[in-house]
Amino acid sequence: MTKILAKSAKAGFEEKNDLVVEVSPLQNGSGVVIDLQSPVKNQYGRHIEALIKDTVTAEGFFDVQVNVLDKGAWDYTIKARTIAALERGMKQ
Amino acid sequence: MKNAIGRDIPAHISGINNIRLYEGAGVYKPEKSGAGKKLRVGKPHTNKILQSIDEAIEKTGLKDGQTISFHHHLRNGDYVMKMVVERIAAKGIKNITIAASSLSPCHDFLIDYIKDGTVTALESSGLRGQLGKYLTRHPEALQKPTIIRSHGGRARAIEAGELHIDVAFMAAPTCDRQGNATGRIGKSAFGSMGYAMIDAAYADNVVLITDNLVDEPVHPYSIPQTQVDYIVPVEEIGDPAGIASGAIRITKSPTQLLIAKYAAEVMEKTGILKEGFSMQLGSGGASLAAAKFIREKMEAQNITGSFGIGGVTGIFSEMLKDGLFKACYDAQTFDTTAVQSLAENPNHIEISASFYANPWNAGPIVNDLDVVILSATEVDLDFNVNVITDSNGVCMGASGGHSDTAAGAALTIIVMPLIRGRLPMIRDHVQNVVTPGNDVDVIITERGIAINPKRTDLIEKLSNSGLPIMKIEKLQQMAYDFVGKPDEVQLSDADKDIVAVVEYRDGSILDVIRKPLV
Repeated sequence: MTKILAKSAKAGFEEKNDLVVEVSPLQNGSGVVIDLQSPVKNQYGRHIEALIKDTVTAEGFFDVQVNVLDKGAWDYTIKARTIAALERGMKQ
Repeated sequence: MKNAIGRDIPAHISGINNIRLYEGAGVYKPEKSGAGKKLRVGKPHTNKILQSIDEAIEKTGLKDGQTISFHHHLRNGDYVMKMVVERIAAKGIKNITIAASSLSPCHDFLIDYIKDGTVTALESSGLRGQLGKYLTRHPEALQKPTIIRSHGGRARAIEAGELHIDVAFMAAPTCDRQGNATGRIGKSAFGSMGYAMIDAAYADNVVLITDNLVDEPVHPYSIPQTQVDYIVPVEEIGDPAGIASGAIRITKSPTQLLIAKYAAEVMEKTGILKEGFSMQLGSGGASLAAAKFIREKMEAQNITGSFGIGGVTGIFSEMLKDGLFKACYDAQTFDTTAVQSLAENPNHIEISASFYANPWNAGPIVNDLDVVILSATEVDLDFNVNVITDSNGVCMGASGGHSDTAAGAALTIIVMPLIRGRLPMIRDHVQNVVTPGNDVDVIITERGIAINPKRTDLIEKLSNSGLPIMKIEKLQQMAYDFVGKPDEVQLSDADKDIVAVVEYRDGSILDVIRKPLV
């Protein structure tokens, strides 16, 4: 079932080993658009973008703008913050 | 051309003469005499005191294309380089090489004078701050790559005549009217003048810049009047907050403390920690924290050490005061407690950078080290250590005494976290080599300890020690299991994009720092 965001929402903190994920609804057919800022972008940029895209899709969303301010978070944190932001964005 | 650690070094590097490839520690044997000091005739009853930096520039005859030097004992509080370079630029002198014993973020102002052509070459132990970033991005801003030398390597280059200094501008916290100078006292006291001693002994012209000119004779002095041509009194040579920190405290980080504890245990279980042993602790949380655990073991087992070398901190000078070591050799004093110790404790001995670590004299003190504990920004599967560039290939560190002490010590221990942020610190190949893996024996992280396979004696001693000993490949994999394998940062292979040349302590080329393509 395709889910649709009701509003923009954020999760996470601008702290070392954490990240801030902000999700916003996009028009139907836009896809998952990721803007990633990260100190490890050269080393893990491709990996983090793929992880976020997979997480968003697995949660049932297809048209989402995801703005990420990463501070060197590990995968489990990236996944958890992404899911949290999506869930917050579902609430009216 | 590949050198002995497999690094690809161009046969010709613009502006770098007589390229000699690194062949291994102690392989190259120089067959020549060193440089001498230019002779001069000191006239009776001459006043060396000048009114201004401008007057010093005029009297020394500094001109386009010459080399000037500075020491870095004022660290990030240094005002002297800026006041000198500003006046050189104002006089329209161009094409100057700055040979500093190191550079700190307070020297970011150099970017402006590199852009206007006043400064066209750098030689230093380190490149940091905005200057490091700028030169990494714009290697073409200088006429040739920056030469990175260790502290011992710089002393060697000066004494061997490879680094010729036309004018040394030396900050002096206290000096008398004849030029006898010390760093022990004065409002800008920084302790040992170990790096400055070499410049003063070999430069064609020596100018002291002081904020504490005194009438009474200064003794003991670190720079003698026989080497000093001119003295310029100024208001302030530095910012006390940047010169020496207050007493450096032991870290509270549990990770760092665990690494430090392992380091002390490795020393104990390899038998190094015994009566009369000698050691050096590098700067960095875990290496300094090792002092706490070493001290506990020395007191419990009633062990007295022979000597320590520094980079001296209050942590070590307190051990000296409490009789845990007989002597402390000091080329650079880090905090206020240690500065006071140098002034007061006769067993706290001031030494030059050459005495400390020059591989081309009969006996630098690093050759007598039993153990050194050093930090690293990253290491690799060959045990090579990088302390000059970060994980993105940007210059942010300094060679310092890393390769000097690693070569001299019987046991070289590297302490570092397995992962910083998300980045694994054990690479397949480090971005840049400052200390060759051949001189590194043990790498300690919070999750495991790797021993250089060449040290079969250590592997035997530590295999049943209860310590988490494992192959370095396994330790690397452990980090990958947590954070994944990082993509490699792409570097430019164009010769014009060589940012810096890393000299080994004997002057051979260990590595070149290339501009990252990001």
